Amino acid sequence: MKTTSVFDIIGPRMVGPSSSHTAGAARIGLVANKLASGSIDKAHITLYGSFAQTGRGHGTDKAIAAGLLGVEPNNASLRYAMLLAEGAGASITISYSSDECEHPNTARIDFETKQGKKYSLLGQSIGGGNIKIVEVNGMEVEFSGNYPTLIVFYNDVPGVITKVTSLLSLEGINVAFMKVFRSARRMNACMIIETDAPIDDALLWQINECDPTIAEVCSI
Amino acid sequence: MTYQFSTGEELILLCAEHNITMAEAMIRAEMQSSELSREDIVDEMRKNLYVMRESIDEGITSRQLTMTGQLGGDAELLTRYAPKAIMGEHMAQVVAAALAVTEVNASMGKIVAAPTAGASGILPAVLIVCGDKKGFTDKQLIDGLFAAGAVGMIIASRASISGAEGGCQAETGTAAAMAAAALAELCGASPKIALTAAAIALKNIMGLVCDPVAGLVECPCIKRNAIGAANAVLSCDMALAGITSLIPFDEVVLAMRSVGRLMHPDLRETAKAGLAATPTALNIAKTLQNPSLDA
Repeated sequence: MKTTSVFDIIGPRMVGPSSSHTAGAARIGLVANKLASGSIDKAHITLYGSFAQTGRGHGTDKAIAAGLLGVEPNNASLRYAMLLAEGAGASITISYSSDECEHPNTARIDFETKQGKKYSLLGQSIGGGNIKIVEVNGMEVEFSGNYPTLIVFYNDVPGVITKVTSLLSLEGINVAFMKVFRSARRMNACMIIETDAPIDDALLWQINECDPTIAEVCSI
Repeated sequence: MTYQFSTGEELILLCAEHNITMAEAMIRAEMQSSELSREDIVDEMRKNLYVMRESIDEGITSRQLTMTGQLGGDAELLTRYAPKAIMGEHMAQVVAAALAVTEVNASMGKIVAAPTAGASGILPAVLIVCGDKKGFTDKQLIDGLFAAGAVGMIIASRASISGAEGGCQAETGTAAAMAAAALAELCGASPKIALTAAAIALKNIMGLVCDPVAGLVECPCIKRNAIGAANAVLSCDMALAGITSLIPFDEVVLAMRSVGRLMHPDLRETAKAGLAATPTALNIAKTLQNPSLDA
């Protein structure tokens, strides 16, 4: 595991019982919540590996559901996720899969926002409450959720990266990590930019408009 | 100038070069990588210290029943027994504090992962209870947490801190190594001696499997935090006494990684072997199969 901060080791302050199966799981849910800008209408959680085998006893299901509803991993109401979901009018279902996965603590979340937008993400809980998101909407990606993260879906043509990063630099936003993924040459591509400062809605809109090949922009 | 380090040897050299402690090296590395001020970083660690202290107090003064209702109240029992303890009252108090935090964790209470929730009892128990005896100030204890963090970061990047990847040795072993090194540094040991304490602690439990009954962080995790805290204190004392480790810290960490990789997946948090596969454990797992959705 690559750790960049001492607080990955001493921390997080969290609700038990398991940093990987409870806190990490809640953080995977939180990424989905942020992708949906907080408005989850329905979600289906699939647990794999150790998550599937021991997740129920660790409250992994409740933790992801709580994260989906925007509850932070250190909030003691994690355990009441299913009641909170009812209150928020969100339908959350869970299944346990025996399929093999690259990492033992893996969860897939398929969800739909109240505006009808559909998303899918695959996350791994890699220890100590730290996570790695490895797939968004079928596209292989990689980010930690530790930084404000910009996700741009676009067509793989020259120049898009420059347009996006120059908008960031105009706003004085420093890029911490950046990766570009694509399904094939000149096909669907995805830019993951982890920044030191959060990206506001106005800038998101500017990025969305800066190139016609950009299909979607979201921030986490 | 960089304060980054990825091995024990690099950390020792860094400390020698700048004539600083492991705690100070960790603070400077964090300032560099996060671009936050020293004040912000120390404040964040102070918050961790306070939650650690609260979790010890909560577990010792009130009976914590775990999520399954199978365990709880052991910290209170040992605290009451401590004056008569054969291991000595102080050691019994350290162990009771480790039980306390882990019981709070298992009852869905608030704790600080150090490095994980399953091993969260060891570091606070060792630093805070030994700190009470030694008269350490909060500032010293915060330094101790940074020193512990430095050791934990090395183990996390060179091996693993996840039970699912490396077994219990990667969780309670890492926590004990972190606590042993931090306590040694707070007692005035050099980084080299502090890392000897960490090496001894890791060696003591190398190969320990992760075999949680019903897959829960209850049995045997709670008691393994107790032995982890004792392991840390005795490893620290051995290093402070001048005992050395034949195998250096960095090599012990890599050995721990390879042992983790060799460990059968059934023994890595999947609750399929070890204590988790005993008739009693299987029976408990069966009764838990239809959990009520919420409390």
